Amino acid sequence: MTGWRLSPRVKAADGPRLKLVEDYKMNPHEKTLQRQSGLDLYGTVVPSRMLLGTAGYPSPAILGAAVRSSGAAVVTVSLRRETAGGGSGQRFFDLVQDLGVNVLPNTAGCRSAREAITTAEMAREVFNTDWIKLEVIGNDDTLQPDVFGLVEAAGVLCREGFKVFPYTTEDLSVAERLQRAGCKVIMPWGAPIGTGQGISNRRALESLRAYFPGVSLIVDAGIGAPSHAAEAMELGFDAVLLNTAVAKAGDPVRMAQAFSEAISAGRLGFEAGLMPPRDMAVPSTPVAGTPFFDLE
Amino acid sequence: MSGRPQRETIEIVVNGRPLQAPPGTLQALVDSQSLSAVKVATAVNGHFVAASRRATTLLQPGDRVEIVSPRQGG
Repeated sequence: MTGWRLSPRVKAADGPRLKLVEDYKMNPHEKTLQRQSGLDLYGTVVPSRMLLGTAGYPSPAILGAAVRSSGAAVVTVSLRRETAGGGSGQRFFDLVQDLGVNVLPNTAGCRSAREAITTAEMAREVFNTDWIKLEVIGNDDTLQPDVFGLVEAAGVLCREGFKVFPYTTEDLSVAERLQRAGCKVIMPWGAPIGTGQGISNRRALESLRAYFPGVSLIVDAGIGAPSHAAEAMELGFDAVLLNTAVAKAGDPVRMAQAFSEAISAGRLGFEAGLMPPRDMAVPSTPVAGTPFFDLE
Repeated sequence: MSGRPQRETIEIVVNGRPLQAPPGTLQALVDSQSLSAVKVATAVNGHFVAASRRATTLLQPGDRVEIVSPRQGG
């Protein structure tokens, strides 16, 4: 990908630092996004770069208010066993429909490619969308993706016409295989689901961003604070997906707004081109003409 | 089939729980669970069964049926 540079900061490690902002060239994908100021998800451009989960809120009303205050245009949903007589699923479905946002069903809890594929097929019918957040979980404690099952399921689902949003690790070769399988969106974790630890492996995420300039990269999971989300956006990620940090906040509605503003600020900062960090202090005020400069 | 009991049932597993059900279709099972009017999706033995195929999908003894509906998710 000639001409692509991740960001001034990444370039900084490899060469002279002072001309970095001048040298910085955005790739066509990024220019498009900047012009549209939206997020490209398989050709659907949505205005917000925040994707919000719908689980764990104190009440359906607070969930609805949080989604609205976040400005999110995409919310994640799930499928669970329905009991005889049912009704709870239908009520939730009606609530989400009233919000007027795009739904991104997940395959949360699936432990094999087969389970995830079947769940995706069921979700497509229920939610009437070919979007699927593909999760294949490999470890109960870390909720680490089973990347082998993930790649296998992604291949099958892409061939079946799904638009796959795979929840993966920061591993570069796995991302390559997901892209080869047909994924145009890739969602590496920031940290394990629900931990709120933030960006645990910043360098790896920087590499991922640099290697996949044409893929919409979304940091998914592990985000605990608005500053974590801003950091992900400053690294050049296209969006952030989070749930627990909003749902379990003291005031989920205000926290949703806080994240929304942090994500916008981080994106704007990335587009503006961050200054490279320096090892030594450099005076910001001009040295020439400093009074008393010639004295001792 | 005269002379045989009319109340023959088969044992299947619905959402992880054993259930004695009359032999019949997947659609009949969904109806018997009072879920006809609810947005659900179904799978039998790990394979998706579209709503349009429920009425022609005959359940066999030992079948494992999943009936799912929308829920909150992250």
